[in-house]
Amino acid sequence: MGAKRFWLIAILVGAVFFGLSLMAPNQYYFQAGYVVLQYIVLATAWNILGGYTGYVNFGVAAFFALGAYSSVALYKLAPLPIPVLMLIAGIVSGVVGLGMGYLTLRLRGAFFSIATLAMAVVMQTLITNWDYVGGSRGAYILRPAQVPILGNYIVYLFLIMLILAVITIGIARSIERSRLGFGFASIRDDEQAAEAAGVPTLRLKLVATTLSGALMGMAGAPLPYYVTYLDPASGFSLSYAVNSIAMPLIGGMTNWIGPLIGALFLGTIQQLATVTISSALNLLIVGLLLVGFVVIAPNGIVGLVERAVERARGRR
Amino acid sequence: MAALLEVTDLGKHFGGFTALDGINLAVAPGERVGLIGPNGSGKSTLVNCLCGTLRNETGSVRFDGKVMDGLPAHQRTRLGMARSFQLPKPFVSMSLADNIRIPLLYTVNVRRGTHLAPAELDGRCDELLHLVGLAEKARRRPRDLTQVEMRKLELARAMAAEPKLLIADEAMAGLSHSEVDDILALLSVLNERGITVILIEHIMRAVMSFSNRLVVLVAGRKIADGLPQEVTRNPDVVKAYIGE
Repeated sequence: MGAKRFWLIAILVGAVFFGLSLMAPNQYYFQAGYVVLQYIVLATAWNILGGYTGYVNFGVAAFFALGAYSSVALYKLAPLPIPVLMLIAGIVSGVVGLGMGYLTLRLRGAFFSIATLAMAVVMQTLITNWDYVGGSRGAYILRPAQVPILGNYIVYLFLIMLILAVITIGIARSIERSRLGFGFASIRDDEQAAEAAGVPTLRLKLVATTLSGALMGMAGAPLPYYVTYLDPASGFSLSYAVNSIAMPLIGGMTNWIGPLIGALFLGTIQQLATVTISSALNLLIVGLLLVGFVVIAPNGIVGLVERAVERARGRR
Repeated sequence: MAALLEVTDLGKHFGGFTALDGINLAVAPGERVGLIGPNGSGKSTLVNCLCGTLRNETGSVRFDGKVMDGLPAHQRTRLGMARSFQLPKPFVSMSLADNIRIPLLYTVNVRRGTHLAPAELDGRCDELLHLVGLAEKARRRPRDLTQVEMRKLELARAMAAEPKLLIADEAMAGLSHSEVDDILALLSVLNERGITVILIEHIMRAVMSFSNRLVVLVAGRKIADGLPQEVTRNPDVVKAYIGE
């Protein structure tokens, strides 16, 4: 399937999904759907660096919260429409992503991951001590109750996140089949061999970290408007990192559909658990699933399906 | 004829250890140079300095009329210097065809006027795998390969970059007698196609039958350089290998 056709289908699926969601019996569905969509973006963005290029980033919360706090800072300065906030947040987080890319010059494997985790801690400390965006007290955002045409504001946020999710998946899918995607995969497999094959590994790693960071920042930009109250502890919550890593792991890391499946699966379970049992159960569910998948299906759901298909073919 | 590769006074230290010291070497186009030396004599370090994996501290490397010093490895590959690794480093998650596709996409396709269309790329992958006798396994993963096939894949990947110079770093280590002949035949074919070959090898039978010139490194210094028969009779070389 060509790239144009994929984009068309992705947009169509998004539009149909939005049409169906308008039939939801109450606002809660948008509230929950927004979170699942946000995780589709985060998981897909994480996978561009973690799955395609092989650099495990534990600092998801840093990029996500940076996006959210860009919005808070701009809200205090001059309220802007959310799509504009997302663009600005994308640039801010993208620049930080570029900086993280330079870490890969000296740090590989677990050492890179530890550095990203440290970066998130540093960032949280900086934000906690920055009074302008509320410091440790947090910041309140007043959002309009209604928007034209769509009605409720949450429907508007839901639509925006849906569009971002479609764009993110489109980007991930285009990368996968491109020269860039092959280059990323060669870095994941063997960086020295990639370099010997003519792949400019540093430049490609910088592209991956910048793009991944920018998309995470964009996912975070509408957050203050969604929660209306944001403090560093919730913005930098570890669960963002854990979920964004667990979702591609559970779905499958080598292609675009893995993080999508993982986010839909895990995100939906978490939302269901939140309303039926308790929200504290979320991380426990993630942990158990993660252990289960690492043991039973190390290549995720996509890997399981691929293996089943291969077996079925072998039998014939 | 001007030298294809010209190394002058190349030196490399690891902390207090001198790995390479004042290496001078010129390789003419089309030559088959064997590079030998005991373990730890600096052969692989020299290869790494030539290819840009390591930076040499002193001296310089000229290749095809251009100064290579400071250029990263991928740019040297693009300029026509390809290498195979001592321990094969295949791209494990990809099919053999895709292993070949990477250098095609990142060397041939970035050079001016040699861009390949998708169908041509597929054709070129098959062609290269056919050349090394792996065409049948184009869709398989590297994990399905034997040692000798892995070496062949390594060479095919180096060839995909359409190099002027191929540096084969112990492409035959650990292979059986007939497998060594296989790889030697392959290297000869490549050389006849006009590619200059530097062969780093421990297997003397292979080096002697392939090279038309022999360079000997001992403890980071070049101690002999000349016709294979003469070099192996050189008293310094005999001393380094067998002792007094």
